[in-house]
Amino acid sequence: MSTTEPIDAPMNATPAGGDVVERHRLSTRLWHWTNVVTLVIMLMSGLMIFNAHPRLYWGKYGANPDYAWLQIGATQANTGFLRIGSLTVETTGILGRWTDSNGQVRNRAFPWWATIPQGYNLASARRWHLTFAWVFAVGIGVYLIRSLWNRHLQRDLLPSAEEVKPSHVWTDIKHHAKLQFPTGEAARHYNVLQKFAYLLVLIILIPGMILTGFTMSPSLNASTPWLLDLFGGRQSARSLHFIFACGIVLFILVHLLMVVLAGPINEIRSMITGRYRLPKEKK
Amino acid sequence: MAKLLTRRSVLTGLGYGAIIGGTAGLIFSPSFHDMVLSTGERLAYRSHRLIGRDALAPEFTEADLSPDFRTNGNTMPKSDDYQRHMDTGFADWKLKIDGLVAAPMEFSLAALKAMPARTQITRHDCVEGWSAIGKWTGAPLAALLSQVALLPSARFLVLHCADDFGGDAYYESIDLVDAFHPQTLLAYTMNDQPLSVGHGAPLRLRVERQLGYKQAKYVMRIEATATLAGTGLGKGGYWEDQIGYDWYAGI
Repeated sequence: MSTTEPIDAPMNATPAGGDVVERHRLSTRLWHWTNVVTLVIMLMSGLMIFNAHPRLYWGKYGANPDYAWLQIGATQANTGFLRIGSLTVETTGILGRWTDSNGQVRNRAFPWWATIPQGYNLASARRWHLTFAWVFAVGIGVYLIRSLWNRHLQRDLLPSAEEVKPSHVWTDIKHHAKLQFPTGEAARHYNVLQKFAYLLVLIILIPGMILTGFTMSPSLNASTPWLLDLFGGRQSARSLHFIFACGIVLFILVHLLMVVLAGPINEIRSMITGRYRLPKEKK
Repeated sequence: MAKLLTRRSVLTGLGYGAIIGGTAGLIFSPSFHDMVLSTGERLAYRSHRLIGRDALAPEFTEADLSPDFRTNGNTMPKSDDYQRHMDTGFADWKLKIDGLVAAPMEFSLAALKAMPARTQITRHDCVEGWSAIGKWTGAPLAALLSQVALLPSARFLVLHCADDFGGDAYYESIDLVDAFHPQTLLAYTMNDQPLSVGHGAPLRLRVERQLGYKQAKYVMRIEATATLAGTGLGKGGYWEDQIGYDWYAGI
């Protein structure tokens, strides 16, 4: 993701708009597409697991007689709802009560098109989830160790003192809002909002996802009890697991939007072949 | 750079081929699907035994008890035999331990209660996602096993229960690491009261580092076996056989 060698520009010259540069390493590209498959499986099988008990709690315990801070369900009047705290929204057709691909009406939290497998099956969803969790965790683990080792994190992702100044961040926000993307040499580096987003995902959301996942395991509670203290109990960890997952979904949506806005063909090609054409400077 | 097949392009092709092929295999081949998706259970079982074989499940205080510990699964065994035991307060009920043991034995409820007991406040986690904290008192399973003396060929304990689903009696099984774990109890009281019928009277298993479906209720007989192949459909438990829950439920 870091070494950018101009391919059709003179050696040692600073590449300019229009030059093709080598942007993503092979390992980065393979990891990216593995993550695409793995994250889709983790998110969709996770929603099926949620469907088995569509209520979230804070604390060490939580079951049907206890207060749930979030609940998805169906009412006696045959409407679907999402309740967060005291706020209830009707969600018939999408959450709580919806029609499956065979035209059957189901009272389940997340709809068939969002889950793996599509019909209710907790056993199968757990197998998908708990197998691909290994792929995901090993992938991110190797990536983080390698990125610290080769200083990719420190060099390319950690914002400089200059970049975190409010004036710089504000300028970057304005550029994003006006859909002005970096061109030429500047397009070889992450901008500060990108750095914040990637660091949030790499340092908070993904490790949080994995550690709250560990905290839900009764066996790991025995071998690593400090995780329960860190997250405030198993049911808090389950709630946080869901919240972090929502954060990752949000990141993916923004990420896809940015790819589309920044030039989808050039961007997707760079993640397949590694080669990226620097956008031309505006005259 | 003019070469068509560089080492790099071969690697790239192999890498992408593996991702695409693996995904397609999972979607279209049932046998590949089953083989791959049992990986999680295998890795979890091995790694958990490696890092925390003897680790103790967290224990809580009275203040942490769930105000209302819900029941689930069967809450009233239907068999005439069980109904008779219930009517007589389990006075002539006996737990049988047999299979690969040197001395098969039967234990009355009074005999179990006369043994050194252990009390623990632990969290019960249902595979569906909810948790409840309860206080359990019972006889450590290890103490019973030392009396019947397991044979060296024994690898598993199968628990046969009085409740059934449509005529199929419930059963579960554990390995010997869990069987001899100090927190593994045959519990006869819950929250200082005799175990209620809803929670598995007169005796239920507490195997604190696994999920709820392993905590067999209404335990009638414990059988030591060398494999799980001869029990039910061979996967070691009622839900494992019927709907495919993982036998190792530590996660």
